[in-house]
Amino acid sequence: MIPAPAFLSNPERFMAFSRWAAPLFGAIALVLGLAGLWLGWTAPEDYQQGATVRILFIHIPAAWLAEFVYACLAVASFLALVFRHVLADAAAQAAAPLGAGFTVLALATGSLWGRPMWGTYWVWDARLTSVLALLLIYLAYMALRASLDDETKAARAAAILALVGAVNLPIIHYSVDWWNTLHQGASVFRAGGSALAPVFYWPVILMVLAYTSAFGSLWLVRIRGEVWRRRADAAALRAARA
Amino acid sequence: MLHLETGKYAFFVWTAYGISAGMFVLMIAGSLAHARRWRARAEALGRK
Repeated sequence: MIPAPAFLSNPERFMAFSRWAAPLFGAIALVLGLAGLWLGWTAPEDYQQGATVRILFIHIPAAWLAEFVYACLAVASFLALVFRHVLADAAAQAAAPLGAGFTVLALATGSLWGRPMWGTYWVWDARLTSVLALLLIYLAYMALRASLDDETKAARAAAILALVGAVNLPIIHYSVDWWNTLHQGASVFRAGGSALAPVFYWPVILMVLAYTSAFGSLWLVRIRGEVWRRRADAAALRAARA
Repeated sequence: MLHLETGKYAFFVWTAYGISAGMFVLMIAGSLAHARRWRARAEALGRK
Protein backbone atom coordinates (compact mmCIF):
# COMPACT_ATOMS: atom_id res chain seq x y z
CA MET A 1 0.00 0.00 0.00
CA ILE A 2 1.35 3.40 -0.94
CA PRO A 3 0.52 6.21 1.53
CA ALA A 4 0.23 8.92 -1.08
CA PRO A 5 -2.71 10.95 -2.34
CA ALA A 6 -4.65 9.13 -5.04
CA PHE A 7 -3.52 11.50 -7.78
CA LEU A 8 0.12 10.84 -6.92
CA SER A 9 -0.24 7.09 -7.11
CA ASN A 10 -1.21 7.08 -10.76
CA PRO A 11 0.78 8.92 -13.46
CA GLU A 12 -2.27 9.38 -15.70
CA ARG A 13 -4.28 10.98 -12.92
CA PHE A 14 -1.26 13.07 -11.90
CA MET A 15 -0.82 14.34 -15.46
CA ALA A 16 -4.53 15.24 -15.67
CA PHE A 17 -4.41 16.98 -12.29
CA SER A 18 -1.17 18.86 -12.89
CA ARG A 19 -2.32 20.08 -16.29
CA TRP A 20 -4.74 22.53 -14.66
CA ALA A 21 -3.15 22.78 -11.20
CA ALA A 22 0.24 24.09 -12.41
CA PRO A 23 -1.15 27.20 -14.16
CA LEU A 24 -3.62 27.73 -11.29
CA PHE A 25 -0.80 27.77 -8.71
CA GLY A 26 1.15 30.08 -11.02
CA ALA A 27 -1.77 32.52 -11.24
CA ILE A 28 -2.25 32.45 -7.45
CA ALA A 29 1.48 33.14 -7.01
CA LEU A 30 1.28 36.12 -9.37
CA VAL A 31 -1.71 37.67 -7.57
CA LEU A 32 -0.25 37.10 -4.08
CA GLY A 33 3.17 38.32 -5.20
CA LEU A 34 1.80 41.56 -6.64
CA ALA A 35 -0.27 42.13 -3.49
CA GLY A 36 2.75 41.43 -1.27
CA LEU A 37 5.00 43.74 -3.27
CA TRP A 38 2.37 46.48 -3.24
CA LEU A 39 1.96 46.27 0.55
CA GLY A 40 5.71 46.00 1.03
CA TRP A 41 6.58 49.00 -1.09
CA THR A 42 3.79 51.19 0.29
CA ALA A 43 4.91 50.49 3.87
CA PRO A 44 7.14 53.10 5.49
CA GLU A 45 10.85 52.46 5.86
CA ASP A 46 11.98 50.77 9.06
CA TYR A 47 13.30 53.27 11.61
CA GLN A 48 16.50 51.24 12.08
CA GLN A 49 16.99 49.35 8.79
CA GLY A 50 15.79 52.08 6.47
CA ALA A 51 15.02 50.91 2.91
CA THR A 52 16.86 47.61 3.41
CA VAL A 53 13.74 46.29 5.12
CA ARG A 54 12.36 45.81 1.57
CA ILE A 55 14.96 43.07 1.05
CA LEU A 56 13.28 41.03 3.81
CA PHE A 57 10.14 40.71 1.66
CA ILE A 58 12.12 38.55 -0.78
CA HIS A 59 14.75 37.11 1.58
CA ILE A 60 12.42 35.49 4.15
CA PRO A 61 10.29 33.69 1.50
CA ALA A 62 13.43 32.41 -0.26
CA ALA A 63 14.87 31.14 3.03
CA TRP A 64 11.57 29.42 3.88
CA LEU A 65 11.44 27.77 0.44
CA ALA A 66 15.06 26.62 0.68
CA GLU A 67 14.09 24.48 3.70
CA PHE A 68 10.53 23.60 2.63
CA VAL A 69 11.64 22.31 -0.77
CA TYR A 70 14.26 20.15 0.89
CA ALA A 71 11.59 18.71 3.21
CA CYS A 72 9.50 17.88 0.11
CA LEU A 73 12.56 16.31 -1.53
CA ALA A 74 13.27 14.21 1.57
CA VAL A 75 9.65 12.98 1.89
CA ALA A 76 9.53 12.13 -1.83
CA SER A 77 12.89 10.34 -1.53
CA PHE A 78 11.58 8.32 1.41
CA LEU A 79 8.50 7.25 -0.57
CA ALA A 80 10.67 6.39 -3.57
CA LEU A 81 13.18 4.44 -1.51
CA VAL A 82 10.73 2.49 0.66
CA PHE A 83 7.77 2.01 -1.71
CA ARG A 84 9.67 2.15 -5.05
CA HIS A 85 7.19 4.77 -6.16
CA VAL A 86 8.19 6.09 -9.60
CA LEU A 87 6.28 9.36 -9.33
CA ALA A 88 7.80 10.05 -5.90
CA ASP A 89 11.26 9.59 -7.42
CA ALA A 90 10.34 11.97 -10.24
CA ALA A 91 9.07 14.46 -7.65
CA ALA A 92 12.33 14.27 -5.70
CA GLN A 93 14.40 14.74 -8.84
CA ALA A 94 12.23 17.67 -9.95
CA ALA A 95 12.47 19.43 -6.58
CA ALA A 96 16.28 19.56 -6.39
CA PRO A 97 17.07 22.31 -8.95
CA LEU A 98 14.23 24.46 -7.61
CA GLY A 99 15.47 24.05 -4.05
CA ALA A 100 18.98 24.95 -5.12
CA GLY A 101 17.62 28.07 -6.84
CA PHE A 102 15.74 29.24 -3.75
CA THR A 103 18.79 28.54 -1.56
CA VAL A 104 20.98 30.67 -3.83
CA LEU A 105 18.36 33.42 -3.55
CA ALA A 106 18.27 33.14 0.25
CA LEU A 107 22.06 33.40 0.46
CA ALA A 108 22.36 36.22 -2.09
CA THR A 109 19.55 38.41 -0.73
CA GLY A 110 20.66 37.77 2.85
CA SER A 111 24.18 38.78 1.94
CA LEU A 112 22.93 41.99 0.31
CA TRP A 113 20.92 42.77 3.45
CA GLY A 114 23.85 41.89 5.73
CA ARG A 115 26.40 44.21 4.12
CA PRO A 116 24.70 47.49 5.12
CA MET A 117 23.26 46.11 8.40
CA TRP A 118 26.13 43.96 9.72
CA GLY A 119 28.98 45.56 7.81
CA THR A 120 29.85 42.35 5.96
CA TYR A 121 28.49 40.26 3.09
CA TRP A 122 29.39 37.00 4.78
CA VAL A 123 30.26 35.59 8.17
CA TRP A 124 30.82 31.96 9.09
CA ASP A 125 28.10 31.84 11.71
CA ALA A 126 25.97 28.75 12.26
CA ARG A 127 22.88 29.90 10.32
CA LEU A 128 24.71 31.08 7.21
CA THR A 129 27.07 28.11 7.19
CA SER A 130 24.27 25.56 7.60
CA VAL A 131 22.33 27.16 4.72
CA LEU A 132 25.47 27.03 2.58
CA ALA A 133 25.71 23.33 3.52
CA LEU A 134 22.10 22.94 2.34
CA LEU A 135 23.06 24.37 -1.06
CA LEU A 136 26.00 21.96 -1.28
CA ILE A 137 23.67 19.04 -0.45
CA TYR A 138 21.30 20.09 -3.24
CA LEU A 139 24.25 20.28 -5.66
CA ALA A 140 25.60 16.91 -4.48
CA TYR A 141 22.15 15.35 -4.96
CA MET A 142 21.96 16.59 -8.56
CA ALA A 143 25.56 15.63 -9.30
CA LEU A 144 25.01 12.13 -7.91
CA ARG A 145 21.92 11.58 -10.05
CA ALA A 146 23.76 12.79 -13.12
CA SER A 147 26.90 10.76 -12.50
CA LEU A 148 25.42 7.23 -12.62
CA ASP A 149 24.23 5.72 -15.89
CA ASP A 150 21.98 3.21 -14.15
CA GLU A 151 18.98 5.36 -13.27
CA THR A 152 17.65 2.93 -10.65
CA LYS A 153 20.96 2.92 -8.78
CA ALA A 154 21.26 6.69 -9.14
CA ALA A 155 17.77 7.17 -7.71
CA ARG A 156 18.48 4.92 -4.69
CA ALA A 157 21.84 6.52 -3.96
CA ALA A 158 20.41 10.03 -4.29
CA ALA A 159 17.44 9.14 -2.07
CA ILE A 160 19.79 7.91 0.67
CA LEU A 161 21.84 11.11 0.34
CA ALA A 162 18.63 13.18 0.56
CA LEU A 163 17.53 11.40 3.74
CA VAL A 164 20.95 11.78 5.37
CA GLY A 165 21.01 15.44 4.35
CA ALA A 166 17.66 16.02 6.06
CA VAL A 167 19.59 16.10 9.35
CA ASN A 168 20.65 19.59 8.28
CA LEU A 169 17.07 20.97 8.43
CA PRO A 170 16.72 21.11 12.23
CA ILE A 171 20.31 22.35 12.42
CA ILE A 172 19.39 25.29 10.17
CA HIS A 173 16.20 25.98 12.07
CA TYR A 174 17.66 25.85 15.59
CA SER A 175 21.14 27.16 14.75
CA VAL A 176 20.20 30.62 16.04
CA ASP A 177 19.15 29.07 19.38
CA TRP A 178 21.94 26.53 19.80
CA TRP A 179 24.82 28.87 18.96
CA ASN A 180 25.62 32.55 19.25
CA THR A 181 25.05 33.83 15.74
CA LEU A 182 25.18 37.19 14.02
CA HIS A 183 21.96 36.14 12.29
CA GLN A 184 19.00 37.14 14.45
CA GLY A 185 16.64 34.60 15.97
CA ALA A 186 13.29 33.59 14.52
CA SER A 187 11.19 36.70 13.93
CA VAL A 188 8.23 35.56 11.82
CA PHE A 189 7.40 31.92 12.58
CA ARG A 190 7.96 31.64 16.33
CA ALA A 191 6.14 30.78 19.52
CA GLY A 192 4.48 33.83 21.01
CA GLY A 193 3.83 35.53 17.68
CA SER A 194 5.82 37.46 15.14
CA ALA A 195 8.36 40.08 16.19
CA LEU A 196 7.63 42.04 13.01
CA ALA A 197 5.36 45.07 13.03
CA PRO A 198 2.06 44.36 11.19
CA VAL A 199 3.04 46.77 8.44
CA PHE A 200 5.96 44.44 7.57
CA TYR A 201 4.40 41.17 8.73
CA TRP A 202 1.60 40.99 6.17
CA PRO A 203 3.78 41.71 3.12
CA VAL A 204 6.15 38.98 4.31
CA ILE A 205 3.29 36.51 4.77
CA LEU A 206 1.85 37.29 1.33
CA MET A 207 5.26 36.88 -0.27
CA VAL A 208 5.84 33.59 1.57
CA LEU A 209 2.51 32.31 0.20
CA ALA A 210 3.36 33.64 -3.27
CA TYR A 211 6.77 31.94 -3.32
CA THR A 212 5.25 28.70 -2.02
CA SER A 213 2.56 28.76 -4.69
CA ALA A 214 5.19 29.54 -7.36
CA PHE A 215 7.19 26.55 -6.18
CA GLY A 216 4.05 24.38 -6.36
CA SER A 217 3.49 25.43 -9.95
CA LEU A 218 7.11 24.95 -11.04
CA TRP A 219 7.37 21.64 -9.20
CA LEU A 220 4.35 20.26 -11.02
CA VAL A 221 5.74 21.45 -14.36
CA ARG A 222 9.10 19.80 -13.65
CA ILE A 223 7.49 16.54 -12.50
CA ARG A 224 5.48 16.52 -15.74
CA GLY A 225 8.76 16.97 -17.61
CA GLU A 226 10.24 14.01 -15.73
CA VAL A 227 7.23 11.83 -16.59
CA TRP A 228 7.62 12.77 -20.27
CA ARG A 229 11.35 12.09 -20.13
CA ARG A 230 10.79 8.61 -18.69
CA ARG A 231 8.12 7.90 -21.28
CA ALA A 232 10.53 9.03 -24.02
CA ASP A 233 13.28 6.78 -22.60
CA ALA A 234 10.86 3.83 -22.46
CA ALA A 235 9.72 4.48 -26.04
CA ALA A 236 13.33 4.74 -27.23
CA LEU A 237 14.13 1.44 -25.54
CA ARG A 238 11.14 -0.27 -27.16
CA ALA A 239 12.16 1.11 -30.55
CA ALA A 240 15.73 -0.14 -30.06
CA ARG A 241 14.51 -3.65 -29.19
CA ALA A 242 12.08 -3.83 -32.13
CA MET B 1 1.69 55.41 -2.58
CA LEU B 2 4.81 53.44 -3.52
CA HIS B 3 8.04 54.41 -1.74
CA LEU B 4 10.56 53.56 -4.44
CA GLU B 5 13.30 55.82 -3.09
CA THR B 6 15.92 53.64 -1.48
CA GLY B 7 18.57 56.33 -0.92
CA LYS B 8 22.03 55.11 0.07
CA TYR B 9 20.80 51.50 0.10
CA ALA B 10 19.72 51.52 -3.55
CA PHE B 11 22.52 49.21 -4.72
CA PHE B 12 21.70 46.53 -2.13
CA VAL B 13 17.92 46.70 -2.49
CA TRP B 14 17.74 46.77 -6.30
CA THR B 15 20.48 44.19 -6.72
CA ALA B 16 18.56 41.83 -4.41
CA TYR B 17 15.35 42.34 -6.40
CA GLY B 18 17.22 42.00 -9.70
CA ILE B 19 18.82 38.71 -8.68
CA SER B 20 15.45 37.39 -7.47
CA ALA B 21 13.72 38.37 -10.72
CA GLY B 22 16.53 36.80 -12.75
CA MET B 23 16.39 33.55 -10.78
CA PHE B 24 12.62 33.34 -11.23
CA VAL B 25 13.01 33.87 -14.98
CA LEU B 26 15.63 31.10 -15.07
CA MET B 27 13.50 28.68 -13.03
CA ILE B 28 10.33 29.36 -15.04
CA ALA B 29 12.04 29.20 -18.43
CA GLY B 30 14.09 26.14 -17.43
CA SER B 31 11.08 24.24 -16.09
CA LEU B 32 8.90 24.99 -19.12
CA ALA B 33 11.69 24.18 -21.59
CA HIS B 34 12.45 20.90 -19.78
CA ALA B 35 8.79 19.80 -19.88
CA ARG B 36 8.21 20.87 -23.48
CA ARG B 37 11.41 19.27 -24.78
CA TRP B 38 10.64 15.88 -23.28
CA ARG B 39 6.97 16.01 -24.19
CA ALA B 40 7.89 16.64 -27.81
CA ARG B 41 10.48 13.85 -27.71
CA ALA B 42 8.06 11.37 -26.11
CA GLU B 43 5.32 12.20 -28.59
CA ALA B 44 7.71 11.90 -31.55
CA LEU B 45 8.92 8.49 -30.36
CA GLY B 46 5.34 7.41 -29.64
CA ARG B 47 4.34 8.06 -33.25
CA LYS B 48 7.07 5.79 -34.62
